[in-house]
Amino acid sequence: MSEKLSATFTDPLVKTNPVALQVLGICSALAVTTSMSTTVTMCIAVTFVTVGSNIGISLIRKIIPSSIRMIIEMAIIASLVIVVDQILRAYAPGISKSLSVFVGLIITNCIVMGRTEAFAIKNGVLASALDGLGNGLGYSIVLLCVGFIRELFGVGTLFGYTVFKSVNDGGWYPGNGLLVLAPGAFFLIGFFIWILRTVRPELQEKE
Amino acid sequence: MGNESIFKTLMVAVGVSAVCAVLVSVTAKSLESTQIENQKLDKKRNILVAAGVIDSRGYLLQKEDAAKTLADIKEEFARLIPQVIDLETGRVVEGMEPEEIEKIDPKKQVKSEADRIKLSQTTDISGIKFKPKQAVVYVLNDGAGKPLRYIFPIFGKGLWSTMYGYIALESDLNTVSNITFYDHGETPGLGGEISNPKWQAKWADKRIFDTSGKPVLKVFKGHVPESDPAAAYEVDGISGATLTGNGVSNTVRFWLGENGFGPYLKALRD
Repeated sequence: MSEKLSATFTDPLVKTNPVALQVLGICSALAVTTSMSTTVTMCIAVTFVTVGSNIGISLIRKIIPSSIRMIIEMAIIASLVIVVDQILRAYAPGISKSLSVFVGLIITNCIVMGRTEAFAIKNGVLASALDGLGNGLGYSIVLLCVGFIRELFGVGTLFGYTVFKSVNDGGWYPGNGLLVLAPGAFFLIGFFIWILRTVRPELQEKE
Repeated sequence: MGNESIFKTLMVAVGVSAVCAVLVSVTAKSLESTQIENQKLDKKRNILVAAGVIDSRGYLLQKEDAAKTLADIKEEFARLIPQVIDLETGRVVEGMEPEEIEKIDPKKQVKSEADRIKLSQTTDISGIKFKPKQAVVYVLNDGAGKPLRYIFPIFGKGLWSTMYGYIALESDLNTVSNITFYDHGETPGLGGEISNPKWQAKWADKRIFDTSGKPVLKVFKGHVPESDPAAAYEVDGISGATLTGNGVSNTVRFWLGENGFGPYLKALRD
């Protein structure tokens, strides 16, 4: 049993990674990964929402009528996202401003709804919480890698601190404009998926 | 499964809605004061950026160790001298308490019958319909108490939204030192770039008034050619944001013109 539980948590980190394998949540993976501070905030926010909504749905899974099951999932997810948004506005106004609509758009992140619908609705609270945490962190791993590369090689900083002094500030590093723009993230995620499937050939689809 | 009856469905729907509603309203209400405090701080920060006291990341300018000193916004803000201007006459209103001055907010003023003046169609070039009766101009003095910069609040319609910001003039009352926008709803990445410090930096050293004293500064469509005789009165536009740029031009022209701070500026010059 405990082995199964730990697999619930560890599988989504690599084996069934929501971004790299199921290719979900790509919209926000492109939009918020231009700097590490927004990436980290987004990762925490999404993880909080996946865990919270999974627990919420799992708690009431036995009384949810299947006819309104999805709308209930949405109501819980949306409420949690609003809570996150309000907290960010109060305690991290700068980051909240640069994340702009993407906090609100966590509501439409397929990972969140996908996990409640695929897992939490038929599993216990503990397992659902672990599943939410695993998927949130699986999403975070990819985003953090992408964010790290984009900020470091795109503008030469990390968390806003200069690592490579850019040409604009009189340094030597010419920023890579492609990485700053959305297509840069597409390429990086592509590479990430490629590497993952080369290292673990069992993840490749059969032809 | 007895979950599918209409009664049970309704009960679950009502129950979940109630719990969610409580959760959302409790968080929103309990964090409201912190959020308002943040907005106030953000406004002060923008005024300081416009005044050239701090840069857009909050670092102090014009001090020996500029790049390393993160500014205490409240402390630095105290260096600015607020002047309440009566926008009907252009005169300075004396004897107002600091708390009263802090409450003057164009967003609220234009909504209240008592605090606004209706603009006629011909004068209303920035599409705001009403202007507030009073506005707060901030003056930054140099060490000897002589005015260094004047920071004017401005607002006007862009493409989608009303844009709120500040424009700072040097002591000659003609040269722009900086412009900032603290609130707008323009398209992110296009018109939204008006809040990008890199674009705002292009306003430095531009001139507002032509020789006849009319405000002629505008946002150019595209890159201002160097050979352009009017280059000193034109700021590079943002590509894909011509209409937002026009809105910014009109806003600046309105507020520094006859119906905005014109009379106040005239009194200052004399």
